Amino acid sequence: MNKPAEHYSLRELEACVASRILEDEKSVFVGTGLPMIAAMLANRTHAPGLLIVFEAGGMGPQSPVLPISVGDSRTFYRGIAASSMHDAMSLTQAGYLDYGFLGAAQIDKFGNINTTVIGDWKNPSVRFPGSGGANDVGSFCQRTIVIIGQDRRRFVEKLDFITTPGYLDGNGAREEAGLPEGSGPYRVITQLGVFGFDGSTKEMMLLSVHHGVTPQEVQENCSFEIHIPADVSVTESPTEEEIRVLHEIDPMGMSIGK
Amino acid sequence: MDVLMEGQGELIGWHDPDENRKWIMENKSRALLDKRMTLKEAIAKFVADGVYIAFGGFGHVRTSMAAIYEIIRQKKRDLVVAGKTAVHDIDILIGAKCVSKVEVAYAFGHELRGLSPAGRRAVEQGEVEVIAEISNAGYQWRFLGGMMGVPFVVSRNLLGTDTLKKSSCKVVKDPWSGKPVCLIPSANPDVAIFHVHRCDPYGNAQIDGTMIEDFELSRAARRVIITTEEIIDTEKIREEPYQTAIPFFVVDAVCEVPYGAHPTEMPYRYFFDEEHIGEWLELSRTPEGCKSYFDKYVYGTEDFSGYLELVGGLKKMEYLTEVEHFQQPMRAPWLHKK
Repeated sequence: MNKPAEHYSLRELEACVASRILEDEKSVFVGTGLPMIAAMLANRTHAPGLLIVFEAGGMGPQSPVLPISVGDSRTFYRGIAASSMHDAMSLTQAGYLDYGFLGAAQIDKFGNINTTVIGDWKNPSVRFPGSGGANDVGSFCQRTIVIIGQDRRRFVEKLDFITTPGYLDGNGAREEAGLPEGSGPYRVITQLGVFGFDGSTKEMMLLSVHHGVTPQEVQENCSFEIHIPADVSVTESPTEEEIRVLHEIDPMGMSIGK
Repeated sequence: MDVLMEGQGELIGWHDPDENRKWIMENKSRALLDKRMTLKEAIAKFVADGVYIAFGGFGHVRTSMAAIYEIIRQKKRDLVVAGKTAVHDIDILIGAKCVSKVEVAYAFGHELRGLSPAGRRAVEQGEVEVIAEISNAGYQWRFLGGMMGVPFVVSRNLLGTDTLKKSSCKVVKDPWSGKPVCLIPSANPDVAIFHVHRCDPYGNAQIDGTMIEDFELSRAARRVIITTEEIIDTEKIREEPYQTAIPFFVVDAVCEVPYGAHPTEMPYRYFFDEEHIGEWLELSRTPEGCKSYFDKYVYGTEDFSGYLELVGGLKKMEYLTEVEHFQQPMRAPWLHKK
């Protein structure tokens, strides 16, 4: 069961990596798609006591199926509460949420994120949905985990628009702006590897490459300089058990694919 | 307090608290009036061109789609929409050319289903103007301030970002901690429309499941229209007064519209109609497709019951009820595209 899987897709790998970061008896603020699956996988494997919270007020659900929306009834099916956005967001702001998930269209070296526009705000070439709960998650959760596809167009020197705060422009910048002390991006997961943030500079740093990926490839797919330490590890593979549970959670392949 | 920074976004729906108190005293009755009317009457009476309007629910969860179709049927124009958690509701209104401005927390996206073709096209081609940005908690707390009758509420989100710069918020130095804090201006939308599980003739409404932003929004908005799955006797309200989500004296109209959230989900009642939403997402890729959708489902029907027949009637709703209760698996055309 704990045998490493021989074959796995990228989405499966990303879900497992994300799941393993989450801790038992902690809380996580969850958004649509892969974050939901990762949190549910954690619940069913190493973190049965992980509390899942949704922005529309669903708390601690035990749903047999994946929610389609972060606001749908599966987010509070057999939950400990079906509350409100005011409640969920206030609790997060006050310090009850340990982890939060974010997706992104663009990310920079400080983990700042864009989900608003490409181009000029008044006249965008591409209009994305906007912050949604992202700015709130990025502001309030103590540690955020970003899942994003990696290429030079997405990993950029300067964002077209800072929707959600990472470390802004460096160490201490969040606190100076008034954001909660010690909070900020913790991990970034892409199809190439897993990243953390340097303790003193708060710049993105490579922690592990996925099987078959080289550090050079990681740098080539990034428009800014990524810190690549000498001792980069290889991302641990998903286990057969984790893969099985993933497809149990998402039998239709809504997020995890087939 | 030192104002450290001001967002450049357009401020909408803000009223001086004394002005709003005066409006409430002059325009809202505390009398137990029978507010039942048809949806046609409610929309005609309370939704004028150009109003600042917000919808309860979560964009495609417990949203009054019946009211939205009636707004389109009556050809309302130049609406300023609160893009609070806007998904299917705003996409349909934009596609029907009812919207001119949006304040965006979330809009133009359909969550897991992908981005909204009609919404994005409208913004990218300049037909709909985004007047300000904010976040979900930010918008929720605009309504909190509106409910409380104060000019703003304080929070710690938005700080340091372009979202703040394009919002109508301000940053000040908190006089206690000395730290920068965000001031979120209150909002009192002209109209808010909610779909609920049960409501009595006076407007006392009960909601099952999450409240989302409806508790605050229903108390912040100036005019409130309730569409309800069923009308109940006031006795049922009085038997369980703690179940009252929205009290009668903030409500202006009560419309009985079973299945009124279709194709959005009604928690504990019926699931999303993914096939119908999928049909819209497919058709709305082009303006011609949008037009054909509205010609068939809105302009081609007298009212919501006519629409329900077209989308599969009672048989369809029974199926969606079974899906909601985990008795049948859901079918979603967009799944096959993944």
